[in-house]
Amino acid sequence: MRRIVMAIATAAIVVAACTGAATPQPTGGPTVGPGESPTPVPTEASLVGTKVEVFGAFRGDEGIRFEESFKAFEDATGVDVLYSGSDQFETLVNTRAEAGNPPDIAAFPQPGGMRRLAAEGFLIPLPQDIIDAIDANYGPGWMETGTGDDGNVYGVFHRVNIKSLVFYPKKAFEAAGYTAPTTWDELTALAAEIKAAGSSPWCVTMESGGATGWVATDWVEDIMLRTAGPETYDKWVTHQIPFNDPSVKEAIETLGSIWLDQTQVYGGTTNILATFFGEAGTPMFDNPPKCWLLKQGSFITGFFPDAVKADLDNEVGSFAFPSVDPQFGTPALGGGDQFVMFSDRPEVRAFLAYLTTGASGSTWAAAGGALFPHKDQDLGAYASALDRAAAEQLLAADSFRFDGSDLMPAAVGAGTFWKGMVDYVSGTKDLDTVLDEIEASWP
Amino acid sequence: MVANSDAREPHRPAFVSLIVTSVARTAASVFVPLIAFAGLWQGFLFLRDTDAPRPIVAGIAIVWGVGGVALLYVVANWVVERFPRQWRDRVLPFVFVGPAVVILFAYLLIPTILTLVLSFQDGASKNFVGAENYIFAVTNPSMIEAIRNNVLWLAVGTGGSVSLGLLMAILADRVPFERLAKVLIFLPMAISFVGAGVIWRFVYAYRPAGEEQIGLINAILGALGIAPQGLLQLQFWNNFLLIAILIWAQTGFAMVILSAALKGVPAELLEAARIDGASEVKVFQKVVIPSIRGSIITVSTTIAILTLKIYDIVTTMTNGNFGTEVIATLQFKQSFTFFDYGKGAALAIILLVAVMPVIWYNLRRFRGQEGFR
Amino acid sequence: MKGSLASRLLIILAVLILVAIWTIPTLGLLITSFRERDVMTTSGWWSVFADPAGAGWTTANYATVLNEQTGIAIAFINSLTVTIPAVVIPILVAAFAAYGFAWMRFSGRKVLFAIIIMLLVVPIQIALIPVLKGYLALDLNGTYLAMWLAHTGFGLALATYLLHNYISELPRDILESAFIDGASHFTTFTRLILPLSVPALASFAIFQFLWVWNDLLVAQTFLGTQKEVAVITSALLNLIGTRAEAWHLLTAGAFVSMVLPLAGRAPGSGEAEGRFIEG
Repeated sequence: MRRIVMAIATAAIVVAACTGAATPQPTGGPTVGPGESPTPVPTEASLVGTKVEVFGAFRGDEGIRFEESFKAFEDATGVDVLYSGSDQFETLVNTRAEAGNPPDIAAFPQPGGMRRLAAEGFLIPLPQDIIDAIDANYGPGWMETGTGDDGNVYGVFHRVNIKSLVFYPKKAFEAAGYTAPTTWDELTALAAEIKAAGSSPWCVTMESGGATGWVATDWVEDIMLRTAGPETYDKWVTHQIPFNDPSVKEAIETLGSIWLDQTQVYGGTTNILATFFGEAGTPMFDNPPKCWLLKQGSFITGFFPDAVKADLDNEVGSFAFPSVDPQFGTPALGGGDQFVMFSDRPEVRAFLAYLTTGASGSTWAAAGGALFPHKDQDLGAYASALDRAAAEQLLAADSFRFDGSDLMPAAVGAGTFWKGMVDYVSGTKDLDTVLDEIEASWP
Repeated sequence: MVANSDAREPHRPAFVSLIVTSVARTAASVFVPLIAFAGLWQGFLFLRDTDAPRPIVAGIAIVWGVGGVALLYVVANWVVERFPRQWRDRVLPFVFVGPAVVILFAYLLIPTILTLVLSFQDGASKNFVGAENYIFAVTNPSMIEAIRNNVLWLAVGTGGSVSLGLLMAILADRVPFERLAKVLIFLPMAISFVGAGVIWRFVYAYRPAGEEQIGLINAILGALGIAPQGLLQLQFWNNFLLIAILIWAQTGFAMVILSAALKGVPAELLEAARIDGASEVKVFQKVVIPSIRGSIITVSTTIAILTLKIYDIVTTMTNGNFGTEVIATLQFKQSFTFFDYGKGAALAIILLVAVMPVIWYNLRRFRGQEGFR
Repeated sequence: MKGSLASRLLIILAVLILVAIWTIPTLGLLITSFRERDVMTTSGWWSVFADPAGAGWTTANYATVLNEQTGIAIAFINSLTVTIPAVVIPILVAAFAAYGFAWMRFSGRKVLFAIIIMLLVVPIQIALIPVLKGYLALDLNGTYLAMWLAHTGFGLALATYLLHNYISELPRDILESAFIDGASHFTTFTRLILPLSVPALASFAIFQFLWVWNDLLVAQTFLGTQKEVAVITSALLNLIGTRAEAWHLLTAGAFVSMVLPLAGRAPGSGEAEGRFIEG
């Protein structure tokens, strides 16, 4: 209990320091290691001039936003945080770990990467005070996703996304008199109404270069959560039920009832397979829209046409991907990068502790295009109503689950599952064959 | 001086001479690079840690590095030329080939041997699993598809690049804008792979019927009244669309080398054949092709090996979906997406074995050549 | 040139068609790079010919790529510093080796040469971990030397193979007469063989230059991912964002990163081809 109090106190100090409140002695963060007795609080001087190297997969604008978000930490503690991102993140972080030259902190987009390096002993379990901070400040699911196979917690989540969103072209949608559905039946009725008006309800495209397949697996996971429920979902991603289980088949068939129906999806399956996922929304903003509903992660707004992005809140609306079976409510599916420690130094711990605070996300939330899982975050910080609504959905979801394909072994989650969905959508293989092959490939 | 003097036996007992030359050879090929390396290394540690402006550091680094390596050869040669004659003759070749061999062993051969070991271990490289990875590789349902596609790449990609490169080399010679034509054919080689990916997206892109096509091929099809096609999704034929990208990029390479070789064909030979009344086709068959045979083999070997390794075109354009998997994409997925080093290593070794016929063919030519002592 | 006017015209036509097929995709990207993001994905680049006014012209893509914040200028210098020695060193090392394999007699010649050809097919990715381990042991990581040696190691097999095939086909009597005049191997190589091999050296130089210039993985492994050491490919890929949100910047980026290779190509090729014609 004492540790928890201390951790919260420390976090509060960091928050206060970072939000500009006057504090006499801003400190860098956690003071207690796993199984250690409390040590003296490190003074500011002890961290000044230290460096923390952080390596991740996000880059470009997201990298810049992230750097802005820890500026307050650097100012308060004197720690120099060096972030760099690469599209070769997975290869590089493994190469560097195996060769003995890891960064201090790495941000893994896939829990599988974290679990593998943890199992090989490269990662350091989080100190208890950070675990306590996660416990206190995060909704259910995040701590579990950050836990390795040995039961130790390794990962701190910061910027996250939610995938259970359906976007629509707000102006045309309202002009046509449509309303956002809250149940599956309403959704089906809306789709029928759009079809009757002579248009395609759904915008779906999935081409994503070396990662093609994830759009389909995200859909399947969201449907699984709604048709089979979170508990079955957990059994599915941990292989306690086989991949060719009837519940999985039912979820994929539900997807098929939309995707494979040429009248439901704009452009049909050829367009689904051939077009870059980021361009799915483009026909949605034609006048009149060629399709009306786009189920995607919260990050998709970054791909919308420039004209739409300039006036996001007036052009785009969103609703939660509706509930199918009332007993499971409206679950949320999400993803995010988790930060793990390769080296255990006070400044490294301090930085991870900072990431557990809601204040650490405020500048990024204001810049747009990011959601944060912290309970103590300031929802007013979000620049757009769209982001705020997504963050609220994330916090208020009946249940939250992490992207299942990222939790499965990569050979399935980034391998046969992706490829199998492509085969199913292209009609190369029938569903039973696809499911049997994925099941057989589970390592 | 010319090499035919195996009779020139050393006077010392053979084993002493053998030991001395072995030591000297080792010294020439190992110590000399090492000493040079140590010198260069200290310089670079200094450069890395200095605060001088970056362009200056860069300039010094370039001179230091290139000059250092050149100096190494001059010094090594100077030393060896002062050896007694029979040692010199034996050691000097290693001054020439030694550094290359040492570097290649360090950077590629040792990792290859490590890969061979990995291929007999499990995914986390902990336990030996015998031939399990190889059995997985050959029984994997994607493997048959990958082998078929690699054969397509090898035949169509190599054949296409080399024959189009040869055609361009011959034809460009006869047009007034030779330089420009060659530069334009070569241009794709200068484009980064990332850029090439975007370029070909705008060639193969698909838009649903009724929308304006943004892909060149579908626009042409549309003009001909044909419905738009998801080109990269057309099973089997999509392989040729991917191979077209390789041919586009590699024809310039073939053209440059073959064009150089063509210009080296002695004019007297061509004249003589024409005076004998041979047709242009016959001249080409009987005179030109044999004279540039060596260059054709060089170019073909290089591109053939490239097609066996082909990876990035497939990953970016289709990720091996729609029946376009090749061995290297399977290998990369195993090693760097699934992090199953064992299976990835086994696939790498299979590729290495697949290239053996090419090596064997090249060595047959190699044997015909005699060196000087 | 022989042949009738008709056949000459036919040849010109054939060359024109081939050149057009080779150039049009790149031309399309060049045009696209000057268009706004929203029109790139809604109308074909050729539509600018029909409607030049409504083509959505912009130089914003270039402005964004060349913006100081992207660090493209530093990346240019970094790329040059990596590339120049990473081209010259392997050529030098490979030329010596090629001469040795072609014209010197020593035991193990065939075996070593066979190994070198075999190494052509080895994907460099398998070497990253062992080489990085070695560099860490030598405290070499993060230096340019580490980069040059890595690129030398990875490019040397092809260099040795290409140069060997060229050098071994030089006429034997040229070398014979040099040796009769009392020249050593070293002087024969530097004074006679190297100048004669310029076309082959130049061809390989072009390939190695392009490969190193466009490399990303080797640079990020041995130099690191930080902005100060980023090479041009890293800088470009960073620009487009995590999920390629700003992929449209690649249109301009592809040409920005191409400028230097092209500038180097034109004079280099002229010289090489010129020498060939003389020889």
